[in-house]
Amino acid sequence: MTSPRPAALPTPPPAATREAYGPALVKLADAGCDIVALDADLSASTGGNKLAASHPDRWFTVGAAEQNMISIAAGLASTGKTVYAASFAVFMPGHCFDQIRVQIAQQRMNVKLIASHGGISVGEDGASAQAIEDLALMTSLPGMNVVVPSDAVEADWAIRRAAEDDEPWYIRLGRPKLPIIHLDESISRFDLGHAENIREGDDLTLIACGLMVEPTIRAADALAQEGIGARVLNMASIKPLDEEEVIMAAQQTGAIVCAEEHNVIGGLGSAVARTLARHCPVPMEQVGIEDRFGQSGPWQALLQEYGLTAESVVAAAKRALARK
Amino acid sequence: MTTSTATPADTSTLLDVCKRIRRHIVEMTHAAQSGHPGGSLSATEIFAALYFGGVARHDPANPQWTRRDRVILSKGHATPVVYATLAEAGYFDRDLISSFRTLGTELQGHVVRNKPPGVEMSGGALGMGLSFAVGIALGHQLDGLPDDEGQIFVVVGDGELNEGQNWEAIMSASHFGLHRITAILDRNHFQNDGPGDEIMRIDPVGNKWAAFGWGVQHVDGHDVEAVRDALLSARARSDAPQVVICETVKGRGVSFMAENPAGWHGKGPSDEQLAQALEEIEAGLS
Ligand SMILES: Cc1ncc(C[n+]2csc(CCOP(=O)(O)OP(=O)(O)O)c2C)c(N)n1
Repeated sequence: MTSPRPAALPTPPPAATREAYGPALVKLADAGCDIVALDADLSASTGGNKLAASHPDRWFTVGAAEQNMISIAAGLASTGKTVYAASFAVFMPGHCFDQIRVQIAQQRMNVKLIASHGGISVGEDGASAQAIEDLALMTSLPGMNVVVPSDAVEADWAIRRAAEDDEPWYIRLGRPKLPIIHLDESISRFDLGHAENIREGDDLTLIACGLMVEPTIRAADALAQEGIGARVLNMASIKPLDEEEVIMAAQQTGAIVCAEEHNVIGGLGSAVARTLARHCPVPMEQVGIEDRFGQSGPWQALLQEYGLTAESVVAAAKRALARK
Repeated sequence: MTTSTATPADTSTLLDVCKRIRRHIVEMTHAAQSGHPGGSLSATEIFAALYFGGVARHDPANPQWTRRDRVILSKGHATPVVYATLAEAGYFDRDLISSFRTLGTELQGHVVRNKPPGVEMSGGALGMGLSFAVGIALGHQLDGLPDDEGQIFVVVGDGELNEGQNWEAIMSASHFGLHRITAILDRNHFQNDGPGDEIMRIDPVGNKWAAFGWGVQHVDGHDVEAVRDALLSARARSDAPQVVICETVKGRGVSFMAENPAGWHGKGPSDEQLAQALEEIEAGLS
């Protein structure tokens, strides 16, 4: 369903998805939810320090020690708490994958992993700080829910929705300020396992997550100018994947493009391709990081350099259409 | 070429080198409007002593010289002090410094091996440098290198010591008898979120290291000659791995950084702040 914006509403200022985390924690704690949040020496960047300020008894920092943080989170969860653990996506899962695998995923602990600074849009910090493989790691763990919100509004929904169940979650947030897409909170709320249909179209379907959703909408606009009707799905929930919606898109439009700020191996595109291959093979193209590491640079310049743009989505759409 | 170029500098030269390194650090982070000045300024005397005090045997004209000592930055965010030192030592053209953190540069935000030549290890994720050094030292042992060749100096942060991998490496270095390793602790008492004593206490850090079988020295980390002497004596030991704990100030040399280290972990100075910083560095205030 499309979400038209009432003319009276002012456009909200751009915001980073990571900015949703601190306020969401505070809302949960204010609502009496039995949460505990952990940080690993990055609390100002993750926003965990907001809970530290408002509910100091509900927040612990372990210093720069992600492995310790994850095993502590599992222990806390075993006492019945809803635990949030936050760091950067390169360090969590990057620095503590085994602890997540054995103690969070295998024990099916009620721990919500909030990974800020996902993708190459981290910018100047360079390759070691840019997670391009976190979704591959996390989607490969049985029972792990994996979510990549497209804007700060959706991030807020997802972070608070995670508290409503007792499953392990991985929510990937980002550093740069992005335009708000979800302008009217009442229309289409995030839910786990459900795609958001942002734009109808019959010629092909563009499926995106995270910061690629907004350029993908612009790509659909550009295609419309050429008379091509592109459906747009926001697939924040990468696992579980809304397979029904993907299959329907394949059957009805006959071609798919996936766009994500991640290695083309192991993320959204891989998940969609698996569904298509099993249920409804149609031509599919990917926009993503072509199996190389990041580097230093302004984040917008990096998105250009790595082809994460509306123009790349348009080009991929034309390749997919040509194969129909 | 097989000779070391590590001709020790005299005192006034060492002090001058420190000033030049500090100047590059603030200019670089100003130009990039990002990067890590605080933990680079605290490690300035350490790097000056290593590269200009006759401690590390190295050859800027031949960075891959097989008998070289290796300097490893484990706290891989402090790239400004590394690039500044390598440029001053002649590893690459000083003009490149202003390209720090721009698209396409070799001078990446966090250390990348051989970019530029002289950088020995990729890093940025804390806690890996000492283990990497254990691997190098084991390799040198297998190759039967003479005791005084192939030393490895690893600069670690005090916040970094929160990471458990450091203690695994510290345990294995003494277990394997790796006397070639000298850890240099930049004990500046601050980490990303604030004062280490509040975030995660590591004291008595010297006793901990000693309990793991290492030789321990404590030194004023901003007395460049004292740092040099401690490192030389650590280098000369061939009984056990050594650590030199350098008592330092995060942001040293720039008053508004040293007075507020938590604010200057990862941020570049403004135009006015740069001007003040350069003035203070020139005057040698601290
Ligand atoms: C594994 C890992 N976790 C977190 C970070 C983020 N981080 C960068 S620097 C830093 C604090 C390091 O403190 P310290 O070692 O004392 O460095 P210094 O204060 O000397 O700059 C943190 C937590 C990181 N780089 N690597």
